[in-house]
Amino acid sequence: MQFMLRFSTQGKLRLQKCHVPLSDKEKKKITRELVQMVLARKPKMRSFLEWRDLKIVYKIIHASVYFCCAIEDQDNELITLEIIHRYVELLDKYFVSVCELNIIFNFEKAYFILDEFLLGGEVQETSKKNVLKAIEQADLLQEPRHEYFNVPV
Amino acid sequence: MPAVSKGDGMRGLAVFISDIRNCKSKEAEIKRINKELANIRSKFKGDKALDGYSKKKYVCKLLFIFLLGHDIDFGHMEAVNLLSSNKYTEKQIGYLFISVLVNSNSELIRLINNAIKNDLASRNPTFMCLALHCIANVGSREMGEAFAADIPRILVAGDSMDSVKQSAALCLLRLYKASPDLVPMGEWTARVVHLLNDQHMGVVTAAVSLITCLCKKNPDDFKTCISLAVSRLSRIVSSASTDLQDYTYYFVPAPWLSVKLLRLLQCYPPPEDAAVKGRLVESLETVLNKAQEPPKSKKVQHSNAKNAILFETISLIIHYDSEPNLLVRACNQLGQFLQHRETNLRYLALESMCTLASSEFSHEAVKTHIDTVINALKTERDVSVRQRAADLLYAMCDRSNAKQIVSEMLRYLETADYAIREEIVLKVAILAEKYAVDYSWYVDTILNLIRIAGDYVSEEVWYRVLQIVTNRDDVQGYAAKTVFEALQAPACHENMVKVGGYILGEFGNLIAGDPRSSPPVQFSLLHSKFHLCSVATRALLLSTYIKFINLFPETKATIQGVLRAGSQLRNADVELQQRAVEYLTLSSVASTDVLATVLEEMPPFPERESSILAKLKRKKGPGAASALDDGRRDASSSDINGAVEPTPSTVSTPSPSADLLGLRAAPPPAAAPAPASAGNLLVDVFSDGPAAQPSLGPTPEEAFLSELEPPAPESPMALLADPAPAADPGPEDIGPPVPEADELLNKFVCKNNGVLFENQLLQIGVKSEFRQNLGRMYLFYGNKTSVQFQNFLPTVVHPGDLQTQLAVQTKRVAAQVDGGAQVQQVLNIECLRDFLTPPLLSVRFRYGGAPQSLTLKLPVTINKFFQPTEMAAQDFFQRWKQLSLPLQEAQKIFKANHPMDAEVTKAKLLGFGSALLDNVDPNPENFVGAGIIQTKALQVGCLLRLEPNAQAQMYRLTLRTSKESVSRHLCELLAQQF
Repeated sequence: MQFMLRFSTQGKLRLQKCHVPLSDKEKKKITRELVQMVLARKPKMRSFLEWRDLKIVYKIIHASVYFCCAIEDQDNELITLEIIHRYVELLDKYFVSVCELNIIFNFEKAYFILDEFLLGGEVQETSKKNVLKAIEQADLLQEPRHEYFNVPV
Repeated sequence: MPAVSKGDGMRGLAVFISDIRNCKSKEAEIKRINKELANIRSKFKGDKALDGYSKKKYVCKLLFIFLLGHDIDFGHMEAVNLLSSNKYTEKQIGYLFISVLVNSNSELIRLINNAIKNDLASRNPTFMCLALHCIANVGSREMGEAFAADIPRILVAGDSMDSVKQSAALCLLRLYKASPDLVPMGEWTARVVHLLNDQHMGVVTAAVSLITCLCKKNPDDFKTCISLAVSRLSRIVSSASTDLQDYTYYFVPAPWLSVKLLRLLQCYPPPEDAAVKGRLVESLETVLNKAQEPPKSKKVQHSNAKNAILFETISLIIHYDSEPNLLVRACNQLGQFLQHRETNLRYLALESMCTLASSEFSHEAVKTHIDTVINALKTERDVSVRQRAADLLYAMCDRSNAKQIVSEMLRYLETADYAIREEIVLKVAILAEKYAVDYSWYVDTILNLIRIAGDYVSEEVWYRVLQIVTNRDDVQGYAAKTVFEALQAPACHENMVKVGGYILGEFGNLIAGDPRSSPPVQFSLLHSKFHLCSVATRALLLSTYIKFINLFPETKATIQGVLRAGSQLRNADVELQQRAVEYLTLSSVASTDVLATVLEEMPPFPERESSILAKLKRKKGPGAASALDDGRRDASSSDINGAVEPTPSTVSTPSPSADLLGLRAAPPPAAAPAPASAGNLLVDVFSDGPAAQPSLGPTPEEAFLSELEPPAPESPMALLADPAPAADPGPEDIGPPVPEADELLNKFVCKNNGVLFENQLLQIGVKSEFRQNLGRMYLFYGNKTSVQFQNFLPTVVHPGDLQTQLAVQTKRVAAQVDGGAQVQQVLNIECLRDFLTPPLLSVRFRYGGAPQSLTLKLPVTINKFFQPTEMAAQDFFQRWKQLSLPLQEAQKIFKANHPMDAEVTKAKLLGFGSALLDNVDPNPENFVGAGIIQTKALQVGCLLRLEPNAQAQMYRLTLRTSKESVSRHLCELLAQQF
């Protein structure tokens, strides 16, 4: 996988992970292009499209957030859809409740969880238990979790 | 901003994020951000040293601002400081900031590397993982240099934690992808392969990705992975859905790992060991069997995971292409998916089936699904799915179903999306030709194409129908009758007028016996379209008219009247004017016999690869839209020449050295390129590629003036009388090339000027220039002695087929060369089609009574006719992908013979003739180029990529062109330059 984006239906970027060397300028350009392309898709269309020499796999979550991954020609589209799903499950489980606000206010956690699950564009650990165990072990090394959560009062 | 105390998380960050979310407008947001940036900047610059917590908070805010899409140009130093904090959260935020914001060229890398080094050595697995994640996320060359040697050790060390091994494997993979030369192979590779046996599924999952990448470059070193992968796969697919606990995903055991293992196996041919192979086939059958079982869950996750494995299994079966039973089963499985309610599955099934159609074992099985696929073409809502259906119909077409498929595609064409019409037109044209049993069906099909989608019928398509009609006399009468009828439609497409005009000009006589299509009727039918047509078509029609004068003498007066009309004779368009003038003169001065010879029926065209097929190959692949644009541009640039055909019957004995382009008149070397319309009356319309035309011809003014004193070299009549060039000696008359001839030739591959040869007697210098498919070369022969050379005779010889590939015209030079003197010889070169061997230059003379003879290779190589092509990364990749047949690619890996200097390499590649494209290759060390080889008969698009490996002092060169022989030849030529 070359990169992964997570953005709202309004096109607001929530997460961007790039596994190939690109300049900030290129990243911005690619992001803009892909967000537009994916937002323009209609339901019932297939969830993949060709783009440059890559395949784009996207999925809408909770009717409000898009995930979009760019994979290489030989990569498997269906398993990529499930990469997205598994990541969403991990986020949901970690934040306990399915709340977009949680992720916005703790955006750095979304990155940490992603690194445990997917590294350098390849799946590293597919077990939900193992990923969350790693994150929770790390959390033990810091302030108690309820205090660390940045939910506004 | 409220005061923040240490204990309660990063409340300041939460407040800031809230503020941003509450902003009512973009302006308000920017204002808030600027305020925050100013605040952070002052904190960072302030006298008071910030504590770790504050640093972390501010760095995190900067990160948030960056992710909102704003530029961040400070804070890097503070983030680097956080790395050496002993508080985990501070370190973690520091690493995150660096992973997201530091690109590989940053100067900070050294400081960062230092911190990483400490964490890697810390033996604290959490810290080690953070450091490894950072390397994997940044993946820069500097990091590679610092850590590539250490990571294999961490990966295979007995005491590394599983999570560290996982991160190390993928970290190494990332470094290897970025700079393979930095990762040393060694005894660790064998131990990595054995990670496939690891107890921990997560370790296996990470390791397979690394092994798959490594084995692509060193298949033999990793061969042992085959049996390990097979046994792992076999254990997974045969396990019950609960066996693997948390690695089971929606009742599917280890889907990610299964897919990765199946991919790994696709790097190799089928296992040689019978037991291993048996076990693998069994596993593949199990996967196919499971597909038939009822689903264990209704969730889409279950079916996606299951089908991901199934499609990967089918890919492996197709890759092996050796198990008929599995291939047919795969095909039947895909057949079921063709009617699935999930669009994704229908699409993937169509795509996979396209590859199955080309296997001899499954072609028939694929054909049984024809009705479903035709239905998909009609009913799919997503255009890309319809396009795949069209691809599949094309792939499954053979003689037995061609009529059905062609008629369905024609029907689809009426409503097809604009973006894919041209491709459908090409496909129909190819199928109709390939599987035509009777050619009247073929002619009808092409005329239907023009009728339904005239705008999308490129010139290759209508040229081709003319070639076929010209070559097959059994269809000529039918073609004449059919176009005549088609032209009677009140509104017919201009392409129809072109085809009709050409065919009637050649074969109108075959239907002239019927009073309904008598010569005057034919003429007035064509002429009724004349005024509505473009210049190019009108030019073609004028040629049809002069042919009519020959075919039907009774139309002569009428046609002369048309040619004489002021609107033609003084037409503002120089091409039309020239034709009118020339044809009028020809029809008045030439006798009937001469006229009959000049305007004789076209001779058959030599058989060659269908130009349409070549075009489809160029177009193939997704996003044909931009290729379509190119096609249109080409069409307009060459229409003018394209329409000039009928006249060349004057050169009905094909003579490659005939002076078609006025080259022998040798205009000054600096002659400005003439517009394509000028003077090139005699151009082969049926060139394979869109004929971008020669540029060394006379300027329009010259062409015009030449008309005042006929017979000028450019007029058709002059050509009739043009004598054949002086006979060159045959190859048998000259000796073999000197031993160093190849070496001398290599010196000139990337340059045009220099000393070609030197010995005690003679020095030969070369100056040359090339444009499009033409070139001019000056050879300077210097007599280094004080004695006169006598009988000095340099000649150019075309060995073998070269005669038909390259036309070289030489002027004789004086037979005596005085001592110390230099004589110059001019060579005019025209590349007719691609060639592999250069012409030979034979120099013979007498020196002091003794005969001397010397044979060299003339420095004319195919790359001289390269025209650089600039293109954006997207176009490059699209074309690269289109040229993905194995034969279209040539690759060489070779040792550097010269110091590896990027500037020198650049200069050589430019000298080679291709354009250098920046920002295409993700690796800035690599070079990527593109160009078109221009020959008279065809154009060959070429893409090249050169990957230097400084550490190993090696290069890898990859050439992709539309022609196998050209790819190989260019690759060989270029590989010798570095």
